[in-house]
Amino acid sequence: MIERDQVLHVAKLARLRLSDDEVDRMPGELSKILEHVETMNELDLEGVEPSSHVVDLTNVLREDVPRPSLPREKALEQAPDAADGGFRVPSPGAS
Amino acid sequence: MSDELLKLTAAQQAERIEAGEISSTELFELWRERAAGDDLGSYLWVADEAPADAGTLPPIAVKDLFCVEGVPSMAGSRILEGYRPPYTATSVRNLQEAGARVLGKTNQDEFAMGSSNENSGFGPVQNPWDRERVPGGSSGGSAAAVAAGTAPWAIGTDTGGSIRQPASLCGIVGMKPTYGAVSRYGMIAFASSLDQCGPLTRDVTDAAILLRHLQGKDPCDSTSLGIPGELPLPSAERLDGLGFGVWGMEEPGLEPGVADGVRATLAMIEELGGGVKEIELPNARHGIAAYYVIAPAEASANLARYDGVRYAGRSANGDLTSMYEQTRHDGFGDEVKRRIMIGTYALSSGYYEAYYGTAQKVRTKIAQDFSAAFEDVDFVVSPTSATVAFKLGERTADPLAMYLSDYYTVPMPLAGIPAISIPCGLSDGLPVGFQIAGPAFSEGGILDAAHALERAIGFEGVPVGLDRGDADRRSHTEGQEAPRG
Repeated sequence: MIERDQVLHVAKLARLRLSDDEVDRMPGELSKILEHVETMNELDLEGVEPSSHVVDLTNVLREDVPRPSLPREKALEQAPDAADGGFRVPSPGAS
Repeated sequence: MSDELLKLTAAQQAERIEAGEISSTELFELWRERAAGDDLGSYLWVADEAPADAGTLPPIAVKDLFCVEGVPSMAGSRILEGYRPPYTATSVRNLQEAGARVLGKTNQDEFAMGSSNENSGFGPVQNPWDRERVPGGSSGGSAAAVAAGTAPWAIGTDTGGSIRQPASLCGIVGMKPTYGAVSRYGMIAFASSLDQCGPLTRDVTDAAILLRHLQGKDPCDSTSLGIPGELPLPSAERLDGLGFGVWGMEEPGLEPGVADGVRATLAMIEELGGGVKEIELPNARHGIAAYYVIAPAEASANLARYDGVRYAGRSANGDLTSMYEQTRHDGFGDEVKRRIMIGTYALSSGYYEAYYGTAQKVRTKIAQDFSAAFEDVDFVVSPTSATVAFKLGERTADPLAMYLSDYYTVPMPLAGIPAISIPCGLSDGLPVGFQIAGPAFSEGGILDAAHALERAIGFEGVPVGLDRGDADRRSHTEGQEAPRG
């Protein structure tokens, strides 16, 4: 089903650091869930259209009218680290 | 006077305000004291004082994940601890414009992922009927507050059963509207193709009133449509000419006491002139499997935004990638991590078609099951939950057992259709819920049917924290005994 190295790979894709304990638990927990999920394969789904949503709407457009947006100061108010009118983050390179 | 007021439905309280018997400020203060005194863990925040303009309706308890400007809105997650949004969700704004003020923010499973409220980052909620038991989830705080009489009414969200299942376990009314009936703007997103806001209330009329105000097309949510036409307040007393298709009564996990309560309600439907027949939803049993691909997949994308840059907390740890990874490690709880992992795995290269593609096809099959059923019957009915409220800790060690708690509630959001849970009696002293689902935008019909049944059932819904047995609360509760399991 899902092995330890896959867990580490998926965690990396999800930008999620897992503790050693979580890395130990996840393969078993996720495998059990996926085993249930795979019972879907009992169904004959030949020719069935997939549903990505259930609303009978396509290409909803809003009116192209200028309107005020959230003021910058307000948008930055909840940021852990705001500076010079933007969100400040650590260097993407090595620390 | 105050105790008597607290036992009234929200609609009756609004009448007292209108008649000038109590001011909305006094009523707000009365409820604020009740909410502040809650000891079940229902609230994560309670208003400090009545607002200057206390409106014209009783105040409302709001699930934590609704953004309310300047008020802590954390979706039950440590990663949003202290977050106070710069704007208010459309649904909450609609209620404010209708005259209801925010009483408090209610506890919930983190990011609405759970069926017991035990996944909250801020502690569990106790069921007011039995403090050793869960209130259900994810809208567990909203359900417990209404059931315990610490809120006159509440709103929550339902993705796979998160309004209906806690309503069932707490003995109150909970409704998931049709997808698109209510704007999702300002609701902290879990699974965007499934999430829908709805009411948790003491009776069906209160649910109808809230839904009337909540619903509507919103330019800020391009999937919103509103409910077409009028939504009159429910008034039906009979069910003549209506067909009810019942499913899921043979499931092995269905508790005998719950089955008894549901069967007694089916007998009442017939007494009220309705027809009952067994129907099959052949693909509904695959609902949980499809749901636990689609919902985590959408969640893994929606929760990518919590990376320590824009909202609330950040765990500093070296370079940018390490900061992202550490912030998410520290801020998310176990269940949220599991779902991010499942969703990311299901969407990853090589697995997408096998998991997500298949789940989307199962979703189509389930929607087709309902369409076929509605050619034959007006409503599809079932238990809301296979069991009454379970013990705290009972299912936390087994995620799959917890997922199966939503067996009866997951198919409807997958099909986008509306459904209500109403209390239909007690089993071993704990509430049993009866679920009524209908075609898209049949909210008016569902509420009417629920209203007729509610009258006949006469469930003793006086909040658990208040004195029971007061016949004055609802004149129409007189009548038949609630069915006992």
